[in-house]
Amino acid sequence: MFLTITSTSEAAESPATDLGYLLHKHPDRAQKFGLPVGTAHVFYPRADETTCTAALLLEVDPIALVRGRGPKPAEGFSLAQYVNDRPYAASSMLAVALGKVFRTAVAGRCDARPELPSKPLNLQIHVPALPCRGGADVARRMFAPLGWDVQLTPVPLDPELGWGDSRYLDVRLTGQVRLHEALSQLYVLLPVLDDAKHYWVSPDEVDKLIRAGEGWLAAHPERTLIVERYLRHRRRLVDDASERFASLEDEALADEDGELPEDVVEPTDEVPGSDITVSAGVAVAVGGEEGLGGAVALEPVVSLAVRRLGAVAETLRASGAQSVADLGCGEGKLLKELLADPRYQRLLGVDVSHRSLTIAARRLRLEQLPERTAERIELRQSSLVYADPELTGFDAAVLMEVIEHLDLSRLPALAANVFGTARPGQVLVTTPNVEYNARYGLAEGEIRHADHRFEWNREQFQEWATGVATKYGYTVRFKAIGDEDPQAGPPTQMAVFALETPEVAR
Amino acid sequence: MSEHQLTVPDTCLVVLVGVSGSGKSTFASQKFGRYEVLSSDFCRGLVSNDENSQDATADAFDVLHHIAGKRLAAGLLTVIDATNVQKDARAGLLKLARDHDVLPVAIVLDMPKEVCLERNSRRKDRDFPERVIHRQADQLQRSIKGLRREGFRRVHVLDSPEKAAASRIVREPLLNDLRERTGPFDVIGDVHGCRSELQTLLGKLGYGLILDPDGRAVDAVPPAGRTAVFVGDLVDRGPDTPGVLRLVMGMIENGHALCVSGNHEHKLVRALGGKNVKLTHGLQETMDQLAGEPEEFRAKVADFCEGLIAHYVLDGGKLVVAHAGLKEAYHGRASGRVRSFALYGDTTGETDQFGLPVRYPWANDYRGQAMVLYGHTPTLTPEWVNNTMCLDTGAVFGGSLTALRYPEKEIVSVPAEKVWYEPSRPLVAAAPTKTVHRDPDVLALTDVAGKRSIQTQHHNRITVTAEAAAGALEVMSRFALDPRWLLYLPPTMAPAPTSALPGVLEHPVEALAAYAKDGVPEVICEEKHMGSRAVLLVCRDATAASVRFGLPDGRTGAIHTRTGRSFLRSDAETEALLSRVRSALDKAKVWDELETNWLLLDAEIMPWSLKAGDLLRQQYAAVGAAARTALPPALEALTAAAQRVPDLTDLAALRDHTAARLSAASAFEVAYRRYVWPTDGLEGVKIAPFQVLAADGKTFHDRPHTWHLALADRLVEADDLFVPTRRLVLDPASEKDVAAAVTWWEELTGAGGEGMVVKPLANLTKGKRGLVQPGLKVRGAEYLRIIYGPDYLLEENLHRLKSRAVGRKRAAALREYALGLEALERVAAGEPLWRVHETVFAVLALESEPVDPRL
Repeated sequence: MFLTITSTSEAAESPATDLGYLLHKHPDRAQKFGLPVGTAHVFYPRADETTCTAALLLEVDPIALVRGRGPKPAEGFSLAQYVNDRPYAASSMLAVALGKVFRTAVAGRCDARPELPSKPLNLQIHVPALPCRGGADVARRMFAPLGWDVQLTPVPLDPELGWGDSRYLDVRLTGQVRLHEALSQLYVLLPVLDDAKHYWVSPDEVDKLIRAGEGWLAAHPERTLIVERYLRHRRRLVDDASERFASLEDEALADEDGELPEDVVEPTDEVPGSDITVSAGVAVAVGGEEGLGGAVALEPVVSLAVRRLGAVAETLRASGAQSVADLGCGEGKLLKELLADPRYQRLLGVDVSHRSLTIAARRLRLEQLPERTAERIELRQSSLVYADPELTGFDAAVLMEVIEHLDLSRLPALAANVFGTARPGQVLVTTPNVEYNARYGLAEGEIRHADHRFEWNREQFQEWATGVATKYGYTVRFKAIGDEDPQAGPPTQMAVFALETPEVAR
Repeated sequence: MSEHQLTVPDTCLVVLVGVSGSGKSTFASQKFGRYEVLSSDFCRGLVSNDENSQDATADAFDVLHHIAGKRLAAGLLTVIDATNVQKDARAGLLKLARDHDVLPVAIVLDMPKEVCLERNSRRKDRDFPERVIHRQADQLQRSIKGLRREGFRRVHVLDSPEKAAASRIVREPLLNDLRERTGPFDVIGDVHGCRSELQTLLGKLGYGLILDPDGRAVDAVPPAGRTAVFVGDLVDRGPDTPGVLRLVMGMIENGHALCVSGNHEHKLVRALGGKNVKLTHGLQETMDQLAGEPEEFRAKVADFCEGLIAHYVLDGGKLVVAHAGLKEAYHGRASGRVRSFALYGDTTGETDQFGLPVRYPWANDYRGQAMVLYGHTPTLTPEWVNNTMCLDTGAVFGGSLTALRYPEKEIVSVPAEKVWYEPSRPLVAAAPTKTVHRDPDVLALTDVAGKRSIQTQHHNRITVTAEAAAGALEVMSRFALDPRWLLYLPPTMAPAPTSALPGVLEHPVEALAAYAKDGVPEVICEEKHMGSRAVLLVCRDATAASVRFGLPDGRTGAIHTRTGRSFLRSDAETEALLSRVRSALDKAKVWDELETNWLLLDAEIMPWSLKAGDLLRQQYAAVGAAARTALPPALEALTAAAQRVPDLTDLAALRDHTAARLSAASAFEVAYRRYVWPTDGLEGVKIAPFQVLAADGKTFHDRPHTWHLALADRLVEADDLFVPTRRLVLDPASEKDVAAAVTWWEELTGAGGEGMVVKPLANLTKGKRGLVQPGLKVRGAEYLRIIYGPDYLLEENLHRLKSRAVGRKRAAALREYALGLEALERVAAGEPLWRVHETVFAVLALESEPVDPRL
């Protein structure tokens, strides 16, 4: 990890080497700082009257990085801890090193030459490998409003294999800026552009952001995105920071368009180190293609998720069911709503993901519930492709946005287990309507979520549902969820199955 | 005084009955085993610290019933040491016996009252008023007579201390317990009066018919050592029920056959006994035919049918025969419901559209070890369902009469000579629509979830923790192929012990030394291919695919990764690749040679970029790009600074270190690029097969690796889709051979190869301490950059990395290997899917245990 800061001057009364005073590091020495993130070296490749360049090289120990609390391995790549760009890319680690090594300079203090910090310098900053989520455009939008002349060179991913550009940019910023502001901007924007942090973001990050952003962030046109990313999309912290920025100025709060839907945000709110979760029960769509502004939901999840939940809850109420199994309950959104309604005497949430159930238990506050309420609900791990005798005897079962997370070839097993073995009186199944995808701006063949194994149109869904109903002795009717489009139909479709001859609960 | 014998069934609930002081505890401790006796006083003590506390009675009996229940569920004789003089108390115990399908037995200690009073007065630890004894004695006297009526199957009364002391418990096996009969057997399905077909079948089975002077078959002498076992329903509907009975009764009398009762025999007994029975379902025919026989014969038939046992447990418990089948919990048990299940099956009480009873498909849920053979429900062709088989192939309805040779599992059948009786439901019975219907292949959550322990043939019991199973459940449910064609997951492989040589982490010397130490005489070094592990299930044709594995139309096999995911993105691609593999197998004439119509192959599919394209771009290339971009300017700046201020030696060192990192990063890029080669669809894809895992009825882990690779070479010859595996066979204890292996490995890795795998040449190898590692990988130094990171060879890193602990990995490798073998053996033997799947699942679960992924 490497960056250089160069100051140039043509005025003899303010030589470029003043940079040494400001940084509090002597140009003719090389200094070494042991930091939790690694060893930082500061040295000057050039230091004369006209040009003075300070270099910051951070060497991380790749083995210590692993043994400590390194980044969590990415899904499906268990070697991510050992093979990653952190020893090279300008990330939050470099930002932390910058803040530590140049602490007094960042604070805008210079005891030897107190007048220096307030003077803008001719600065050139070079960050050769800056990972940038969203590409050059985002980097430009970050730096240009701050008065920098921004020169960005894309870094090819692998020139020999011709794989196009990587997410790294060679960044050169030139401008007349006060050094402490420049450093503060780098301190905030390096991790923002990377859209990652090597440590868990705690509430005091808000204070750090307000401090480091003093004088430049409040009025920054991309403030919302900066705050979101800096605080790792943690909803409460983002709200807190936004309020505090709002109180710093008279302007109204920036519009909320760039904000992440609640579904995406909350999981990270609770679990340190977690990223965006994908669970069967929650439709979360994250722009895998590094869309502008970071994580972008492909469907307006909040409204649709809420409406879907509402439609399911309403259908359940109308059915008169008193016992409900939420099959693929995810993090327990539906259960939370049902638990609040005393008509439901027995609720069972099952999910194949143990982790989702842990989150659900916490969200439902299972351990703090009064005994009478706690008795009504149970969470357990199960799988819909294995026959589970514990799922029998329910008035109703819900499969909300679940089936599309299963390979088509496993659906007969699911149907056999749910309709054949568990045999609840009613079964509610919801799944996206692929015809509506175009309304989200998706191209033909594109799906809403990376884990969707298939997305059906209305005809396909109805054909499947009718076949299942006939085979297992159910009747079925269909309902639309969300705003119906005259051609494409609703964004989500629901099938409501009812047992033809209700059986006595076994 | 002479010895007094008290007979009890060897699995039963013995209820002692007697007033306080009658000597129950003494009697129990002398006559029964230490853990067999459950004392209510002791249970009082357990729950209250006071053996005499009457307040604790309810809790004490809860505990007592609970423990007794656990013992009875396990089939253990259990004795209840409590007064049990009240009917209520006994009723609870009778229910307990019924619930566990064991016979209740009462042993009454009806001692003279004075003896009890005297004994109680001598006991310091309790002070019962005398009236309690009097009351109990009254209750006892009122009880004795009615004990049988209450439901005790045997009642023994001991009326003096001398008799009690002199008595001896004699344990008798139940009538259904023929575990000492080990066969071999010929189990024959429902005959229903089809005498001629039966004679033909017995002839085909090699039995010699004995005829009486009138030319009627009265016995059949089995081939050496064999015994016929009839599943019941000898009678009704067919043309010659008396003839069938005469033959079978003769065989049984002469010890040539066994027979369990069918529901038709059960009903016949009642009809012959003059009970008012509806003469339906072919009973009329039997009664008419029997009317032509002498009274004496009829009486004999009545006795015979009356005496039939409802099920037999044979061959040390490995075989159970019952007319309508029997679930595991009922094997070797005796109760009304066990008998009813054995005769009629698991009926739900409903009837279907043909007026026949709806039966619950108990065999789908069957998970027992014992093979269960039965009849009762006519089917067209007998099929294995979880180690059970119905042998009723509807002889009387014009189907066939079927026998199964045990233990050979060979089906022998003869066609019906005609339709003797019109079935009320077509023989080609479609799945009854109104019943709870389940595919036999649907697996149960209980087959995989929770803590499990799997008995393997080669590595003893292997335990899977509940936590590991929970993790695997998600992966298996969400990402893996259908379990019906996911028959094997390859085990992880341990690396060679960490090398002591400078500059490398792994080296051939240590791997060879490890095998030499294990006493392995010959090893094979195989080139490690630079692709992804794949398991290929290839069927010879579509019929084999659908009959053996239930693959849907158009599918003839599967190709999956080591975590059970489909290797290729689409079924079409999979089929395209499979069809080339199949043609090569045709061309190499492998099918006939191995006498199979399906094969499971272990292989590596290249290039790695085919599966790992995203990984290579997002992780590997990104690291290279970042390093390539960040390090040169850093090096340049360091060079300038060191030049400008030459006396800063630290800076010079940092410069050199950065230069070393830069060249490491370049080497890293070179290393991963070797795994990328262009493919277009399947164009450019290569397969390196290296083991035949299983085929119909066979496994191959006892054949040397040279056999496997020779077969692979034939595929290479047949189609250039396949690439050979370079190898070297050598003696790990020979210095010369070790040197040759080192040279070979250096050449291989020097030319950019990934490394090699060393395996015992003989394949499955056991040493003094059990299984020997099936392979040790020795990876090339450059390749390891993409595992340990670009900088791993820098001295300050390498010496720390050398302290890696490989113990867990080695242990996991052996456990997974043994589970893999177990899966293959179960697949080859055609065992039920759940038995195969539990081992496959366990491999996946073990993979989720925390082990350093770099090993």
